[in-house]
Amino acid sequence: MKRDLLDILACPMCKGDLILEVFEENESEILAGKLCCRACNEIYPIEDGIPNMLPPELRE
Amino acid sequence: MQAAIKEARPEDHVLEVGCGSGLVSLELARQVESLVALDINPHAVRATRERGVEVIRSDLFEGIRGKFDLIIFNPPYLPTKQAERSDQWINYALDGGESGRETIGRFLLDLAEHLRPGGRALLLISSLSGPEEVEMMAGDAGLITERVASKGCFFEKLMVLRITVRN
Repeated sequence: MKRDLLDILACPMCKGDLILEVFEENESEILAGKLCCRACNEIYPIEDGIPNMLPPELRE
Repeated sequence: MQAAIKEARPEDHVLEVGCGSGLVSLELARQVESLVALDINPHAVRATRERGVEVIRSDLFEGIRGKFDLIIFNPPYLPTKQAERSDQWINYALDGGESGRETIGRFLLDLAEHLRPGGRALLLISSLSGPEEVEMMAGDAGLITERVASKGCFFEKLMVLRITVRN
């Protein structure tokens, strides 16, 4: 995902703001990282460049 | 897909909901200012990303905020009984609940919140999922619908609803 995608992402549980933490990034985008909800503290992984915005019980 | 290409403007910021393998998104992305796709299915988001399209794994608008000029959605619409359900991911692409309208209903309820002023949505629906009922649900959600394309397809008729927000 590109960094500016963060502008349109929200926590699916509480619609809170997300804090981005990058593990791996190339010149154009983030490949691995996590998004942490500022309000409810839930964590959403970014894997293979794809943010997974599903609540934990729907993830696999 | 043709309806989407006809509707898209070069300055549009576009969201495709339920992008599947990403074919429509890829085609449309070339003609608009920006495009983001989403799907709940892990295989779908991977396939879409491999095409070079920016993609999010999300259940409809749940993980999304912000507004778009154009939102397109080819929803699951087959009326599905409990016994016919499968626990495979592909089920999400087809199963529209008992009425065929469950996912469409959730989409319509949140749609207005994600359209910019003057924004439009295109929704593919089938004669099997009760077009009149879908139009009524949209009306209840403060939306205006217009049928812009239709096509007979074996045992059903597919049509595209163009949706805008009532002022």
